This record gives sequence, C-alpha cells and structure tokens, in this order.
Amino acid sequence: MNIVVCVKHIPDPNLPPEMDGTRLKREGVQGVLDPGDEFGVEAGLQLKEQHGGEVTLVSMGPPAAREAITRGLSMGADKGILVSDDALQNADALVTARVLAAAIKRAEFDLVIAGVESTDGYTGTMPATLAEFLDVPMITFVKELENAEGNLKVDRQTADGYHVVEAPLPALITVTAGVNEPRYASFKGIMAAKKKPVDELSLADLGLSGDDVASKQTVKELSPAEERKAGEVVEDDGTAAEKIADFLAEAKVI
Amino acid sequence: MAKIWVFAEVTPEGKADTTALEILTKARSLGGELEAVALGPGATQAAKELGEYGATTVHASDDDVYSDYVAQPAAQALYQLCREHSPELILFAQQYDSRDIAGRLSAKTGSTLMTNVMDIPDTNTAKTAIFGGTTIVDVALEGEPKLVMIRPKSFAPEASGGEASVVPVEVSISDELKKAKRVERHEEAASGPKLDEAPVVVSGGRGLQEPGNFELLEQLAGAIGNAAVGATRAVVDSGWVPYALQIGQTGITVKPSVYIAFGISGATQHLVGMKGAKKIVAINKDEDAPIFQIADLGVVGDALKVLPALIEEVKKRKG
Ligand SMILES: Cc1cc2nc3c(=O)[nH]c(=O)nc-3n(C[C@H](O)[C@H](O)[C@H](O)COP(=O)(O)OP(=O)(O)OC[C@H]3O[C@@H](n4cnc5c(N)ncnc54)[C@H](O)[C@@H]3O)c2cc1C
Ligand SMILES: Nc1ncnc2c1ncn2[C@@H]1O[C@H](COP(=O)(O)O)[C@@H](O)[C@H]1O
Repeated sequence: MNIVVCVKHIPDPNLPPEMDGTRLKREGVQGVLDPGDEFGVEAGLQLKEQHGGEVTLVSMGPPAAREAITRGLSMGADKGILVSDDALQNADALVTARVLAAAIKRAEFDLVIAGVESTDGYTGTMPATLAEFLDVPMITFVKELENAEGNLKVDRQTADGYHVVEAPLPALITVTAGVNEPRYASFKGIMAAKKKPVDELSLADLGLSGDDVASKQTVKELSPAEERKAGEVVEDDGTAAEKIADFLAEAKVI
Repeated sequence: MAKIWVFAEVTPEGKADTTALEILTKARSLGGELEAVALGPGATQAAKELGEYGATTVHASDDDVYSDYVAQPAAQALYQLCREHSPELILFAQQYDSRDIAGRLSAKTGSTLMTNVMDIPDTNTAKTAIFGGTTIVDVALEGEPKLVMIRPKSFAPEASGGEASVVPVEVSISDELKKAKRVERHEEAASGPKLDEAPVVVSGGRGLQEPGNFELLEQLAGAIGNAAVGATRAVVDSGWVPYALQIGQTGITVKPSVYIAFGISGATQHLVGMKGAKKIVAINKDEDAPIFQIADLGVVGDALKVLPALIEEVKKRKG
C-alpha cells in the first residue's frame, strides 16, 4: 500500500502563543509535529507493517516544518514531501488543501491519512477539502481501522456511538486520538531519518500560481475573550460536600 | 435581498437537529431571505419545524443516498443548488456530517470556509475564537457563497412561528459519489437527560484515578436528578468512558445551569466546551489548577472524598 500521511508543524502547544500582527507566529518559534498527527503516522506505519508498501509524509509550512517530517521519519516513515513557499504564509484550509492535493497527486496513492483537527488551527475541514480535490471518498473521525487492504472498513465516531463505514481505495481518512498508541522514535530511527529523502517543493514545482493560493480570510480585529472571574476557593476541611450542596440549592438545581 | 441558507441536519424521524434551530434563530436577525436545506430521510417532515424557526423555504430530499453515503452526495447536491439559486451565505453547524460536507463544498465552490464561528454580527463578519477560546477574532467574510461553520450552542433557539414551503431537491447522484457507505450503526441512546441539554452536568477527569470511579458520578447525577455525566478527553482517550461524553473543543459544548468538575485540570480545550455554564463548581486537589480561575465555587480537596459525601448530602436534602 502507498500511504500518505499529512503532518503539520505547529508552534509548541505547551508554550504561550506568539502573535505576528494578526497572525500566529510560525517562524522563529519552537515547533513540533502536531501531536494529533502522531496518530496518523502510527496508523500509516501499522498498515505498512501489515500490508507492505511505503509511508510518505507530506507537509506544507515554512522551511522549519521539515522538523515535523524528520520526526515522522524517525518513527519509521520512508520519505517526505515539504511544500514551502513565501506566498503560502496566509494559507487558509482551502489553500492548504489545494497545495497538499497537488503535492499528493504527483504519485500514486492508496490511502491518505490526516488528523481530525490540528492543535493550532483546529478547523477540522482541511482533510474534507483535500479529499474533494483528490476526488476520493473520505471517512473522518476514525476510531478503529478494521481492514484496509482492497476495501477500507473503519469505525467512525459519531455523537452517540459509532458507524461502521466502508469505502474502496484510494480514500482519505482522519484518525482520532483513540485509534492507536504512537510509538517513540528509537535512536536507530533518529539516525536513519537523516538519510531518508525529503523532497522540497515550491509552488512553481507544483504548477500553482500566487492566484491559486491567495487566502480569502482577512482578519478585521483581535480582542481578548471575555473571561469568567474566579469565585470563592475553599480548602476542603470536611464540609465541602455541604458547601457544594448549599451552592446547588441556591442555584435551584436540588 | 441577500439569500441566506442554513444547512440543517435532520433525523429519520423528521426532527431537525437543535443546531439548525439555533442557527436559524440567529439568522433571522441578519435580514434577507432565510432558507434551509435538508437532505436525507426525514427532511420533508422536518421542514415544518425549520419553518417555525424562520426558514421560509426548505429545499428538501428524503433520499436515502444522503444518509447511506458519507458527505459526497450531499456536497454535490448543495453545489448544484448553489448554482441554481446563488445563496450569498451558507451556515453550517460544526459537527460531524456538516463539517465533512462543508469542507467538500469549499473545494467545489472555491470559497473559503470560516470555522469555529461563535457569532455572525452581520452577513459580512464572523466572530471566531482562537487559542482555545481565549482570543476573539473578527474576520471579514468573503466568497460566493460565503461559507460559515458555527459552533453548537452559540445561540439559544427560539421559534418565530413561521411556515416554510417545501421545494423538493432533485439532483441526480452518480455512482462515482456513492463510495463511503455506512454499513452498520451503533448508537446507544443514553438514559436520563441528554448531556447537551441537562440543566446540571457532573463531569470527571483524570483526577478520578480510575474508570470505576465514574460510577460515583452516575450516582451523583442520579441523586441530583435531571443531571448528566460528562468527561474530559484525557479519560475518553484512556477508554474509561465513551467518546459521547467528551466535553470540549473536539467534543460537545454544554451550557448547563451548573457544571461540576471533579479532578479536571481545566485545559483551554476543555474549557471551551463548558465555560458557557451559568455556574461552575470545581473540585481539584491542586490549588493552582487552571479550572479554579473560572470556577464560581472552588474546592481544594480530594474528589474521591468529596464525591461520596456529596452524594449522601444531596440525598439527605432531597429527602
Ligand atoms: C487538538 C486538541 C483538542 C482537545 N480537545 C479536548 C476536548 O474536546 N476536551 C477535553 O477535555 N480535552 C481536550 N484536549 C485535551 C486537553 O488539552 C487536556 O489534556 C485534557 O482536557 C485534560 O484532561 P483532565 O483534566 O482530565 O486531565 P489532567 O490535565 O491530567 O488533570 C487531572 C487533574 O486532576 C487533579 N487531581 C488528581 N487527583 C485528584 C484527586 N484525587 N482529587 C481531585 N483532583 C485530583 C489534578 O490536580 C489535575 O488538575 C484537547 C487537546 C488537543 C491538543
Ligand atoms: N499545513 C499542513 N500540512 C500538512 N498537513 C496539514 C496541514 N494543515 C492541516 N493538515 C492536516 O489536516 C488535519 C486537520 O487540520 P485542520 O483542518 O487545520 O484542523 C491535521 O491534523 C493535519 O493532518
């Protein structure tokens, strides 16, 4: 199976976000492979172990996004594609999908895997838009992969349970955090990653122009959200249950 | 006059999803012609309810193809309808099926899709929250049509008492679009009130130590009555409770009268799903837990001690 995994490089979510005007600062800040995408990489690696083939990582981002690819390569993926171009600084989900589709279409693929939503952008729509550009069926919110060879069969999370969904390949899936336990990169893996090929592509390499990637989202204004204020905080001295019950009674719910 | 569409999810029993009613309620205030699109079994029947909340026309099809196959047929039908009727703005709810359909439609129409929207002050502006809801961004809406996805529970639904005329949707769906097929549905209707409708939510996080302790939350919910149990993603990912209980950015949004958090740290991704509660009570053994910054009543203590005591206390008071 030829498996493509979308990997996003994001500013380290454990550090406070830095702004560059009205945008999230992405260059010159500590970055990581989106933790949500580790599940995608793991899913790809497991499928390769079962069915053979290759795992290709694809990312769009600044040159530093190569770190995210390297990380996935050290987990065991075979090669990477990084699309990087100054014209992409403002890319929205639509533009990202257009660019990733062009990069993915350069080779034959059976399955594209992405995260349900990114940790920094959390639009959760890039994969659906990508599936449309690739003209393949898509199943989002996959919590279990039952079968992938020939025909895809997965459990898709829903609001009250799950659906079993089938689709022929090629297809696209997004995986939830419940789907697997991502492996750690071994020392050997980290050393091997240095020798694995990473294709760096510009928009021109993909046959796309600046017009194709002009973002249509303009920020008018940024403002802090209204914050709730902290109320009373008490140590539990054995009477906490009574205090809470008083509170519930006052709120007229008991 | 601006034509505004609301994409409504419907049940086979002919009920409109609450999100559609929420969005219609808000959309009424935007002026313009308000219409709904409903696809799949139950759509025609749901038109009545959609009308009561402000849709003057409902483009409806009861065809199974829209529920049997994921996203592709519905996106195609919407695209065809857009070409025929040129709506200026299409509003979706940010949830499973709508999200997939809107994402696909964005590629078809070439219009950008605004997500995580919490308000639309006018047809040219969307308010969305970033950084886990700590920063509000006003974004200019663009595109033909403009595509906007709204977080559930952003508006309170209020009927206006209107009536909608039904216009049957007749789009032919080619076999090429019948690919991702639902072959089994496993859905358990929860006992007690629905989590997103319950006036009281008692919720647990990793601080509850082990899955068995969720039973205590059930007991507390039972003692309070009209309460539902929720959870953080950390415990859902650990398999303690089903995903349907997850509250937050990637789960559901709740706005109960009282939210009680046991052993929950208060990560922004969790807070975004519950900070609309009228009152928040938090029990955490760490006095620096971020949840205390938004709690009306905070108890620094052991959730496993407070829970059984609270169950008894509530039972005692309710007699
Ligand atoms: C893209 C993305 C989306 C996410 N979406 C969601 C989402 O939708 N919903 C969500 O909830 N999370 C979400 N998260 C995860 C979120 O960041 C947190 O990891 C999660 O909410 C933490 O859950 P928790 O509070 O149960 O666990 P922890 O953060 O581990 O907190 C446990 C708390 O329990 C306290 N504690 C321990 N023992 C006791 C005791 N005996 N008594 C009382 N207190 C005790 C500890 O002091 C601690 O504060 C998301 C993360 C990402 C990256
Ligand atoms: N710039 C990107 N490069 C590679 N993959 C991406 C990029 N942006 C989004 N994705 C993928 O799409 C998923 C959903 O992202 P989003 O739509 O931003 O919430 C992520 O988990 C990634 O797998």
